[in-house]
Amino acid sequence: MSKLKYESPIIKQINAGITSKFGELNSLKPVTHIANVSVKSLIEQYGSPLFVINEQTIRNTYQDAYHAFSTRYPNVQFAWSYKTNYIEAVCKVFHQEGSWAEVVSGFEYQKALDNGVPGDKIIFNGPDKSDFDLKIAVENNSPIHIDHFDELYSLITITEQLNKRAKVAIRVNMDTGIKPLWDRFGFNYENGQAWEAINKIIYSNNIDLIGLHTHIGTFILDPNAYRVAASKLADLAINVKNKFKHDIQYIDMGGGFASKNTLKGSYLSGTDLAPSFSDYADNITQALLNAGFSTEDLPLLILETGRALIDDAGTLLGTVLANKRSADGRRSIIMDFGVNTLFTSFWYNHIISPAQECSLYTEDTVMYGPLCMNIDVIRESINLPPLNKGDHVVVHRIGAYNMTQWMQFITLRPKVVMIDTNGKTHIIRESESKEYVSELEITPDYLNNIDL
Amino acid sequence: MKLKKNIAISESGFIFNPEIGTSFTTNSLGVAILKQLKEKTSLDKIKDSIVKNYDIDPITCEKDLDDFLRIVNQYNLLEEQS
Ligand SMILES: Cc1ncc(COP(=O)(O)O)c(C=O)c1O
Repeated sequence: MSKLKYESPIIKQINAGITSKFGELNSLKPVTHIANVSVKSLIEQYGSPLFVINEQTIRNTYQDAYHAFSTRYPNVQFAWSYKTNYIEAVCKVFHQEGSWAEVVSGFEYQKALDNGVPGDKIIFNGPDKSDFDLKIAVENNSPIHIDHFDELYSLITITEQLNKRAKVAIRVNMDTGIKPLWDRFGFNYENGQAWEAINKIIYSNNIDLIGLHTHIGTFILDPNAYRVAASKLADLAINVKNKFKHDIQYIDMGGGFASKNTLKGSYLSGTDLAPSFSDYADNITQALLNAGFSTEDLPLLILETGRALIDDAGTLLGTVLANKRSADGRRSIIMDFGVNTLFTSFWYNHIISPAQECSLYTEDTVMYGPLCMNIDVIRESINLPPLNKGDHVVVHRIGAYNMTQWMQFITLRPKVVMIDTNGKTHIIRESESKEYVSELEITPDYLNNIDL
Repeated sequence: MKLKKNIAISESGFIFNPEIGTSFTTNSLGVAILKQLKEKTSLDKIKDSIVKNYDIDPITCEKDLDDFLRIVNQYNLLEEQS
């Protein structure tokens, strides 16, 4: 007689009080495959934990976003935000789809060049551009988004030295009704600083003002904030035209669209809260179309959307190391990935599904990572069916900001694989080795004698 | 170890303690264990029957059973030990 499939016995109290209407039903349904490839086979082949990128999801999401804007506005361009995920294969999928690059450091700038992006399609943002970086950007004809006056003066000197013109935009910060106000980047709109910067640029010799840029924050749940921001930038552009007879070629609205993740502390789940690309597009394009540009002067609309384009395409597969009871009787589970690997667990209550058949009986569980550190908590509270040591789980929507902000801490960073549009898997980043980490270390000779 | 006398166990895993009006849900193995406890079956016998019928090694089974009983006890479903 064949034996019955085992599942640990569990019991839990039914609480008469308010039950959460927004329970995580999704985490109860096992997810055994990613893009038709079985989780079990992926882990057998590539190890655990494992990051998996679904190429088809990237392309679909990009095309949805592009469609939402291009059906409402004649002239739209996305620029892939490198910091969100700068694994080469991921960037190249976006570039194949038509995205330019948006970078915020010399390192990211070089990556974009290496990826084959022409200089004039690399937008150089951020407060950290060395003179060396600025020179390269000027040589390559890249749009440089000026963050502060010191940078503007450096750039004036550099263009004189190189005897070459620079193409710039200014980053503008403003009140859009959103808190917190990101006023540390760029020039303020309300107090006239932005207008002052524009004047300085227009009157300088070697610098062409081609665009206006803002990035009002990240995970912005109120699409109306973008209408306010787009109106204010359009207003600046029209003033420039009126005063200087100078056309602003593009308005860059930055990133910040929310993904469908659930922020910690949010009562509603992200899937219920996140506006759609169409909601954002409505607000931005209407503000631009109604701003008073003549049809032939409508500026190019640039978007630097990051997390909303890649979160859904990434999943993290992991394995149960152990089950435990905490002193107060709560169940806890220890996984083979921690906050070092899944950085976004500091921000999000990620949806996590079992990767094999399981019962519908669940228990409130604390999910820990493997680090010997109290902060290493993936979920403070998640309803999970019983999982045995060696069982697998799937963490959903982790494509943004993990494969760039992960830490090499205590354990090594795992492999990243991409499932292509034909269902074939490719390693797109190898797992780290001890040698890879040690390579950078140099030990003074006198320390090499250890006699214990 | 024995389940309190008046605890009701339904096949579907619904457990009711009429004494204080609390209710619980459990999975199918939970039902099987609670039923045996009600019949004063010894823990060793319960464990043997699980290992015989289910695809599980004795060590994991014992660990899970201990864990389950700790929670059942916390929920006040067991007779006071004499
Ligand atoms: C200038 C700029 N553009 C785009 C992004 C991408 O933002 P998000 O991932 O919120 O879309 C960022 C992120 O911080 C940014 O600083």
